[in-house]
Amino acid sequence: MATFTLSINNRNYTVDVEPDTPLLWVLRDELNLTGTKYGCGVAQCGACTVHLNGSPVRSCTLPVSAIKGKITTIEGLSENGDHPVQQAWVELDVAQCGYCQAGQIMTAAALLARKPKPTDADIDAAMAGNICRCGTYKRIRKAIHLAVAKGGAK
Amino acid sequence: MKTLVNRRDFLKVSTLAGGGLMLSFHANSLNALLEEETQVFQPNAFLAISPDGTITLMAPNPEVGQGVKTSLPMLVAEELDADWSMVQVEQAGLDTKNYQRQVAGGSGSVRSSWESFRKAGAAARQMLTEAAAKKWNVPVSECFTDKGFVIHKPTGRTLNYGALATDASKLDLPKEVKLKDPRDYRLIGRRIVNVDAQKIVTGKMAYGIDTRREGMLTAMVARPVFGKKLKAVDDSRARQIKGVKQVIVFDNKVAVLATSTWAAKKGRDALRIEWEDDGKPESTTDYNTALAQLIQKTTNEPKRNDGNVEEARKQADKVLESIFYAPFLPHAPLEPMNFFADVRDDRAELFGPTQTPARTRTEAARVLGLPEDKITVGMSRMGGGFGRRLQADYSVEAAQISKLAKSPVLVVWTREDDMQGGFYRPAGMYRYRASIKNNQLTGWHLIAAAANSPNASRENNFPAGALPNFRVDSHNYSTAITVGPWRAPNHNFIAFTEESFIDEIALELGKDPVAFRLELLEQAKKQPVGTVAYEPDRYINVVKKVAEMGNWGKQGEKGIFKGFGAHFSFGTYVAQVADISVENGKVKVHKVYCAVDCGRVINYSGAETQIEGGIIDGLGHMLYGEITFKNGEVEQKNFNTYRLIRLPDAPDIEVEFINTTADPQGLGEPGLPPIGAAVANAIFAATGKRIRKLPVGSLSDVKI
Ligand code: FES
Ligand code: FES
Repeated sequence: MATFTLSINNRNYTVDVEPDTPLLWVLRDELNLTGTKYGCGVAQCGACTVHLNGSPVRSCTLPVSAIKGKITTIEGLSENGDHPVQQAWVELDVAQCGYCQAGQIMTAAALLARKPKPTDADIDAAMAGNICRCGTYKRIRKAIHLAVAKGGAK
Repeated sequence: MKTLVNRRDFLKVSTLAGGGLMLSFHANSLNALLEEETQVFQPNAFLAISPDGTITLMAPNPEVGQGVKTSLPMLVAEELDADWSMVQVEQAGLDTKNYQRQVAGGSGSVRSSWESFRKAGAAARQMLTEAAAKKWNVPVSECFTDKGFVIHKPTGRTLNYGALATDASKLDLPKEVKLKDPRDYRLIGRRIVNVDAQKIVTGKMAYGIDTRREGMLTAMVARPVFGKKLKAVDDSRARQIKGVKQVIVFDNKVAVLATSTWAAKKGRDALRIEWEDDGKPESTTDYNTALAQLIQKTTNEPKRNDGNVEEARKQADKVLESIFYAPFLPHAPLEPMNFFADVRDDRAELFGPTQTPARTRTEAARVLGLPEDKITVGMSRMGGGFGRRLQADYSVEAAQISKLAKSPVLVVWTREDDMQGGFYRPAGMYRYRASIKNNQLTGWHLIAAAANSPNASRENNFPAGALPNFRVDSHNYSTAITVGPWRAPNHNFIAFTEESFIDEIALELGKDPVAFRLELLEQAKKQPVGTVAYEPDRYINVVKKVAEMGNWGKQGEKGIFKGFGAHFSFGTYVAQVADISVENGKVKVHKVYCAVDCGRVINYSGAETQIEGGIIDGLGHMLYGEITFKNGEVEQKNFNTYRLIRLPDAPDIEVEFINTTADPQGLGEPGLPPIGAAVANAIFAATGKRIRKLPVGSLSDVKI
């Protein structure tokens, strides 16, 4: 075991875990931040997406020992759950089972931070790594456009 | 059931939100009556109104993403005349005394609850109205309700439901319950956002896999592949992994229990296990060869046999024959299987994602040797299910492990475990023969064969009833590879085969595919043969509607080709037109038009998203979905080799609901079946290639 200090959602946490532990399991098992989900464990589905210094990363394949920088999870995306992407997601009733949506939202929020007015091709490229088994893709696309209209990046 | 309870006790029990909630009401409530003046009004197990005005509606059915946690409480709220923005919805646990059919399957939640849920709300509203009339000393007929208030019409006096809760709870249940005239609906038929939406977008929604309890261990299990069993295990390395607490061998499996998921996984990976054959482990070529042989002969007991198909073939000018192939499909819900269990000597608590809590309890009781009433089953919101969570293998397994380990435990499956976990959509082959005489379709003969499927057909579905000679045979092929219901069982593949074959026949007859279907439906209506499951008129209406929506028969944009598909399932009629293009052998679906007759729509937003999701689900599996086996082992172990549809492949979709005053029908499944044929028929229009083997994959190898 080894000790790591992580900056997550603007708070510092110290954890004592094996260095190869993926960030996903540190969040979920050590810090009880269960909003970040497990779907595949091999960087294929995007359910575990968090921001590392503002960029979307797959926390299921990111060993805790390799982390340099600030982590943001779905719990810290906005203080009051009102990031434009979150608002758009609720307004258009995007979620079915909802399990993939934290990952979808984190990826979409990172896209808008980088590109406040994405084209459909930009959306395709950015969101292709996030699987929604329930097939909510049509609404996801629509909600990203709505989030842009709401002020996009925040 | 009539229950009185004070608010403090109500909150105490309701925050537990587990099984047995309603039962614990009784004991607490009697004491409460003696202590306090105000009571929660709880005329039945569907709702509770507390004196401070809080309205809690219970959601008894498992929520798997199909939206029943929103749509069923809407039925109660509608008849209660509650203000939807003020209600809270809580998930109930398994409670067979108070609820019926707590199952997420067969697209049956709304169909079976339509009446009882509305009556529960209406009874409460009648009692609240009566309580107000008594208070004001006026006739009940002068009082009406609106958004959580009772109003005395002549004087304009109002009282909110909370203020009436105590009085209403002293009244007898009404003998007769009067339901609203549907014209007065304010909630049913609107677009209502999923009640958990805000929790979901903020990461606060707890799924089964998020269960965390005091002293809980996390377990991962090594399980045999199909046709193998445990020979020997060496767990010495596993026990050295930090965090690993126990290793348990049971039922040909090995469970590793640890203080974290990662430790459990590393522990399991460190096991040295020897498996041995248990029978003959199968490979894909084995069952494909067997299925191909089976469809060459008829059965002694056809599922349906109108007229004489053999004679029709003899008389025919031409016989068309096509064979369609369906691969095994895993459900692959994004939240993998998991379950929490805390088994003690005399009782057990089970909690997690299940589409069938009652089955979970029954099977757990048998395995644990406990009476059913000593077992509670709580339900989490599920990260998808698609039929996989109708099984109880994973929940009962958790109970077994907890019992053996003498510890509360959360069993978590990895994606790889989930892919190998079985209960798949069965692989099958469907052989069709159509006889044609004088440019008329005179006979239709299907011989189906599928893995572990006593009946792989839907023999009373269209075009049954439209033809004088119509026969269906279905062979069962037994294999160690387990199968189970997969979203729209049988329909999910048979619709593709039937609707593709009808297009083939239409082409042969030189008829427009839509016009040809309408002709057959008219025949089924005017001279029906035998009994059928569908109503021809309702079928005709969705076909016509979608033809109009999708500009059927009109010249579209250059390079865009259209295909048609329709199907009836779970009481619902669905017809679709797909607009596609094919470039460099790659299919792109641009737009899908969809007409639906599911009767009354409860929640437009939820209904529309179910249809959209069904179309995308069906499309993805038609294009990419397939698992294959080598000696009982799945060859596609994760999403890098098992491809699911992704956002860039998802088409735009336009849905219209028609005939929305009839009784509501199923909706979670019916959107899926027609899309395979609509797209395959469009591919034929674009390329002249007929798709008979799924998945489509690359178009270069579509021939079977
Ligand atoms: S769990 Fe990390 S990408 Fe799927
Ligand atoms: S909403 Fe269920 S996986 Fe996306």
